[in-house]
Amino acid sequence: MPDKIKFTIDGKDCYAEPGQTIYEAAKANGVFIPVLCHYEGLKPVGSCRICSVRANGRWMTSCTQPVTNGMVIENATPEVEAYRKAIIEMLFVEGNHFCPTCEKSGNCELQALAYRYQIMVPQFPYLFPKREIEAFPGFLLEHNRCIQCQRCVRAIQTEDGQKIFALKNRSKDLRINVDLKLAARMTEKEVQKAMDICPVGAILKKEVGFRIPIGKRKYDQKPIGSEVEENK
Amino acid sequence: MSKPVIATASLAGCFGCHMSFLDIDERILELIELVEFDKSPIDDLKKFTRPVDIGLIEGGCCNAENVEVLRYFRENCRILVSVGECAIMGGLPAMRNLIPLKECLEEAYLNSPTVAPEDRLIPNDEELPLLLNRVYPCHEIVKIDYFLPGCPPSADLIWEALMALIHSQPLKLDYPLIKYD
Amino acid sequence: MDPIRKILQKYKRDRTRLIDILKDIQESEGSITQQAIELVAKHLKISRAEIEGVITFYHFLSDRPLGKYAVYLNNSITSEMAGRQKVAEALEKETGCKFGQTSEDNLVSLFETSCVGMNDQEPAALINGVVFTSLNEEKVRKIVAGMKRGLAAQEMVEEYGDGANGHELVRAMVKNNIRKAGAVIFDEFTPGQAIAQALNKTPEGVIEEIKKANLLGRGGAGFPTGLKWELCRQEKSDQHYVVCNADEGEPGTFKDRVILTERPQMVFEGMAIAGYAVGAHLGILYLRHEYTYLKKYFEYLLQKMREEGILGKNILGRGFDFDIEIKSGAGAYVCGEESALIESAEGKRGEPRDRPPFPVQKGYLDKPTTVNNVETLAASARIMLRGSSWFRTLGTSVSAGTKVLSISGDCQRPGIYEVEFGITVRELLEMAGAQDTLAVQVGGPSGNCISESGFGRKICYSDLATGGSFIIFNRRRDLFAVVRNFLDFFIEESCGWCVPCRAGNVLLKKKFEKIVAGLGTAQDLAELEAWGKIIKSMSRCGLGQTSPNPVLTTLTNFRELYESRINKKADFIPEFDLGQAVMDACQLTGRKFKEESENAR
Repeated sequence: MPDKIKFTIDGKDCYAEPGQTIYEAAKANGVFIPVLCHYEGLKPVGSCRICSVRANGRWMTSCTQPVTNGMVIENATPEVEAYRKAIIEMLFVEGNHFCPTCEKSGNCELQALAYRYQIMVPQFPYLFPKREIEAFPGFLLEHNRCIQCQRCVRAIQTEDGQKIFALKNRSKDLRINVDLKLAARMTEKEVQKAMDICPVGAILKKEVGFRIPIGKRKYDQKPIGSEVEENK
Repeated sequence: MSKPVIATASLAGCFGCHMSFLDIDERILELIELVEFDKSPIDDLKKFTRPVDIGLIEGGCCNAENVEVLRYFRENCRILVSVGECAIMGGLPAMRNLIPLKECLEEAYLNSPTVAPEDRLIPNDEELPLLLNRVYPCHEIVKIDYFLPGCPPSADLIWEALMALIHSQPLKLDYPLIKYD
Repeated sequence: MDPIRKILQKYKRDRTRLIDILKDIQESEGSITQQAIELVAKHLKISRAEIEGVITFYHFLSDRPLGKYAVYLNNSITSEMAGRQKVAEALEKETGCKFGQTSEDNLVSLFETSCVGMNDQEPAALINGVVFTSLNEEKVRKIVAGMKRGLAAQEMVEEYGDGANGHELVRAMVKNNIRKAGAVIFDEFTPGQAIAQALNKTPEGVIEEIKKANLLGRGGAGFPTGLKWELCRQEKSDQHYVVCNADEGEPGTFKDRVILTERPQMVFEGMAIAGYAVGAHLGILYLRHEYTYLKKYFEYLLQKMREEGILGKNILGRGFDFDIEIKSGAGAYVCGEESALIESAEGKRGEPRDRPPFPVQKGYLDKPTTVNNVETLAASARIMLRGSSWFRTLGTSVSAGTKVLSISGDCQRPGIYEVEFGITVRELLEMAGAQDTLAVQVGGPSGNCISESGFGRKICYSDLATGGSFIIFNRRRDLFAVVRNFLDFFIEESCGWCVPCRAGNVLLKKKFEKIVAGLGTAQDLAELEAWGKIIKSMSRCGLGQTSPNPVLTTLTNFRELYESRINKKADFIPEFDLGQAVMDACQLTGRKFKEESENAR
């Protein structure tokens, strides 16, 4: 394979197309790297950091970093996995994640990653921040569950590129801010897309909920990432 | 050798975790062969009668009594396990953590439309346990050795965990057993 | 025409001027109202949500009405040490207003702010953009009396500082405090000669000379300047840009302020030289908001340089065009990070970018851009004048030249010291007249807190690198208070984009406080260190990657302080206090709490 890039993940020989990110290349080689903020088709922003790997000894986010020839990637090592686990735990304590009451439970990517990493209790103390729930014509924005991944910011814009969802504030007060006027014009399809793209239960389409029975939800039986690993 | 002794308590919980425990169904006969029960709502023993090996705690701490009971368990149990979301992170009762206690009580007992004007009073009887400013996970109050998530944790998870503890074996869980709902 | 429309017309439909537009609106209207946001949104064809995002990112922009006088009192550690608490209390007492609020008569708003670059003359505050230094209770009384009489903030400045601080376009009470002038930055400088020397060479020749001089970035990171210019030059593009990073925000750093005050033309010429080297025709001076009081002076000097033919079209008749425009942020430490600075210069939230691509590949407006520190650019001008061989006779073999340090804290002579690289911490302490020193914070909160055993270490890139901050603490200081101040700083200044920096620093601080309160175990101490390492490794930019340093470097150099606070025998100590936890309920029910253990059982 002369045009292909050769690299290794945890000692396994892998091949990539030029220009592929570490995440894309790993996936193509049947290796799962967890992501939360990344979503196929959207520009990566490297905000959640869960896809961090050690590439040639340096920490990098695999969703933003192009793979290079001869790259040596540590992915499922105890250190990398422990650090990723810590990030998931940070997200759980930073917001208010009451899984039993959440309609995204069972289909939530944050929760699914916590299951995959067998998190029984976070190593960090719960912060119980005060956050709002906002209502818009077609949907609710549950800030308690928002992880500021910016998927909605990137995916849902008007035809002329105006942001319906944008970041507001900074630091621990960083929130998703919705443009009232533009949100009022969102079609039902767009609202559905926003809800589907949200990895957690922060964007909720009104008048539906708890449709899929327990046991049949996306992550009830098989861990997140198993679809990639079955591709080996 | 004497059988391991188990105790259980429900703090700020809904007893759902205890019900799930009972959902081990016929395995309870096997369990009775393996262990003995001390203080527990199941046998209604109010006080510990002997040192306990495994204490199972359902619910977090929402009032002073919960704290006292939890500390009493810690003093008397060799291993203490947080069972269920409420014990682990406060659970549904902890949804009040986002609202100051004053607002909660005023809304419930003073301003609610269902309270008759003559009944407007925040309950203050000496017999009532004092509420805490927020609901606390158990491991923020005493040392907790193990955690079993779920709302409730499935009977299978409780069973697997008990068997591992009784036989001093590592706990290996199939993927579907760890759930937060 | 109403003032908002006038402002919009002035900036045309240029999205990159959004911050300027918002600043002008705030200056004119007192705050940025919903109505103004609506007008700007329509004008620039961007959503209101996006504009609100920009307003709420920057500390000095406000969508809530502010008082006639907006007071921003510095809360950095040097301000604390110089009596910030008393000044804050006096401000609250005299104005009848609490910090974070606006007085009822709408006269005054009080806010805290991160380091404003005046560490050798603290406590300092900005009032309507005017700098007030060395504040005390007496001065506060006078200032507030002036406010009540309706004086403009500038009218309350009674004395001007030395050098150009007294220039009629500056009129600032700020002092330079140059204690030691070195050969590179503070030696005499005649405008026009450095750029002339550069134009005698080819652009490649200029890069070669800078490379031979081994000039490393003076902002602290130490990237080789010549290489940066070369990489930028090599990128094919219709436009290249030079950006001067004048956003020094690292607490304890104020050297760029003094360089810009006393050697502005040297910096501007450095920018032109960089522009010539990389093939750029426009340079942007990204001036931190806190230094806006220098802007008019700079604009005057830039105009003068244009008239003298050393800036603008056809510089010195040699066919090279280069001009400089000034852009400003509005209060965000993270904008000192070069890619965040570029975002801010484009009028956006100052959030760092992912790399690659690097700014030299895709920077300002996605064009190849070299971002250089003020001091780096000034040094390049000197290298053009005196040559690389001369430059390399200064400093050490790895770290050539001089470094301008801003020294503050517990010493008799705080101020600016231009010293050759290789100088030891001990020598600097002696120069500054520091006694009984417990610790020195080299490189600011993101740097290293060193103890006496490290005082023999050298200021240079291979040992103690610093962007210029050098804060001294004597033995009467509580080092935990220092660490606490720094951790608060990082929590406040994190942009919040990535999880470890946004959430991790809050959690790190919580663990730190548990230990300081005497409720820590050996396990807590181990976790403190481990969490610090996670934040360091997993964060996206330099801010997050260095934010645990106050904890990690004191853990390395002052471990005994932490060890003495923990309980080594206990395996678990809760932070929970039952008496505290039932206090609200006691108040609400009028009951008293007694531990009722027997009842519960």
